[in-house]
Amino acid sequence: MVKFLKRFYLCLIFIFLYAPILVLIVYSFNESKSRGHWGGFTLKWYGELFRDRDIIKALYYTFLVALLSSIISTIIGTFSAIGIHNMGLFGKNFALNINYLPVLNPDIVTGVALMTLFISVNMRLGFLTMLISHTVFNIPYVILSVLPKLKQMNKHMTEAALDLGATPAYALRKVVIPEIMPGVITGALIAFTLSIDDFVISFFNTGSGVTNLSILVYSMAKRGVKPSINALTTLMLITVVILLLLINKRTTKGDELLP
Amino acid sequence: MKRISVLFLSFLLIVTSLIVLPGCNKDRVVLNVFNWGQYINPDLLTKFEKETGIKVNLELFETNEHMLAKLEAGGTAYDVVFPSDYVIEEMIQKDMLYKIDFNNIPNFKYIGDRFKNLNYDPTNEYSVPYFWGTLGIIYNSEMVDEEVDSWDILWDEKYAGKILMLDSMRDTIGVALKRLGYSVNETDPSKLEEAKNLLIQQRPLINGYYVDEITDMMINGDAALALNWSGAAMDIYWEGAEHIKFAVPEEGANLWFDCMVIPKTSRHKAEAEKFINFMLDPENAYLNSEYVGYASPVTSVFERLMEENPEIADMDAYNPSEEVLDKCEVFIDLGDKRPLYNQIWTEIKVE
Repeated sequence: MVKFLKRFYLCLIFIFLYAPILVLIVYSFNESKSRGHWGGFTLKWYGELFRDRDIIKALYYTFLVALLSSIISTIIGTFSAIGIHNMGLFGKNFALNINYLPVLNPDIVTGVALMTLFISVNMRLGFLTMLISHTVFNIPYVILSVLPKLKQMNKHMTEAALDLGATPAYALRKVVIPEIMPGVITGALIAFTLSIDDFVISFFNTGSGVTNLSILVYSMAKRGVKPSINALTTLMLITVVILLLLINKRTTKGDELLP
Repeated sequence: MKRISVLFLSFLLIVTSLIVLPGCNKDRVVLNVFNWGQYINPDLLTKFEKETGIKVNLELFETNEHMLAKLEAGGTAYDVVFPSDYVIEEMIQKDMLYKIDFNNIPNFKYIGDRFKNLNYDPTNEYSVPYFWGTLGIIYNSEMVDEEVDSWDILWDEKYAGKILMLDSMRDTIGVALKRLGYSVNETDPSKLEEAKNLLIQQRPLINGYYVDEITDMMINGDAALALNWSGAAMDIYWEGAEHIKFAVPEEGANLWFDCMVIPKTSRHKAEAEKFINFMLDPENAYLNSEYVGYASPVTSVFERLMEENPEIADMDAYNPSEEVLDKCEVFIDLGDKRPLYNQIWTEIKVE
């Protein structure tokens, strides 16, 4: 009985989590444009998706910005985290509080503030400003995911490496970074997702025809969201699932391989 | 170490090339167009680029307010923007728009006289209409037997619980004002009080205030009557739900316009005018209207659509009668009376 209840509860959670996605996938094959009304099976939205130059362009910019900003913010964030970890108590608290600020700040404030900054230094809004703003809001999340790993790490390990003749740079590369790698990867993934997700900050900091997917979807509010977006989401979801399966397969093959 | 530096260098190279390369072909004029999503036929952009050699960068916004915020902040170089009627008035007052040189827009002659010199731009110097429509009642003809010709039906107890109202302040208050025989731009507090009481009295009869959901709820038969814009009615019609009809009541309603304007951020005014002229070309306007599904102010587009789909001539969504149109009004900016509307709207919604 208890076992049944447990399973039932788990099922319920999964239904809550995945039912919306499932419905979306089903409706990407719907002939009719309206949700809640089944007009027959079709693949036309997939065809339209690849012919729509706006969607393809937005997809390109979304991934380019997400990729670049997550790489840059991971590099900056990881080094900042190592620096913060080695600070004195006062400096550490101070740096951490400053780091929390952009996390707690509403997106609209961050977005408008960044826009004002760019305009005041006479930067033309466009791809570069969007990339910078995404990097800026990603860095705190990377720091927050790397710091716990640094705390867990045995600090004598670095000292031992230095004692055995490693230069600080060598110790960093061969000891510290491999130890905190799971945190770095988590940080990079969070940064990547947040960047794909973001609407408000992107909207205010883009220009010159650079539009990402979330701006595209929001801008469809006037006319109703096009079912091609369902098709696109389905394809993205399938890609992510395949990627996850591949990664899982790799990690289970060689246990020593980190995620 | 070597591998890392190679990676890093190639990464830097990609970034710089991405940033620098677009700036290389400076001789080609780039036009920045700021529009609503799915509100222009993408084939027309390609056609314009081919014909003129001007490149078009399309950027999208979601609401008039977002667009305005971004335009006012600066740092952008939009050449053509597509605001709605009352926003144009505000933009003119704030000195954000260039006067359009109509000598460069010979195709302006194709626009119906009804759509010129409207009260948001009385001398028609700043804006060119792009799409237009009305506010009216969408109804399910299987659930409503009688003829829908008056706003009164939205207060009919027969349809209690089956009426949807628009979650849009100006539109919903405007309907109450029209039912009372006043203007949609009324600012007299006592008349607004009457409108408020009328809407509060209606509260028990309605299902709720919605925007996007209305289309789906109507197609699914969840409601019998809904207040909505003609654009939504046309979407439903092109979708093939023929039992859903649209009517503009005889008391008149709101008439809305989305227009093309050239903001002062523009660096290519002549090319922007070329673009506006291109959009007004009867063939292009037809292709655009067919893609978007909204009514174009270009007269011949309408005639051609009617030839191909004779049934739309009788549809209020596409072709409201002259008498009704004469009673329709365009919203003007409320200015300092806006707080009064906001307050009334809040009182209605908390009721």
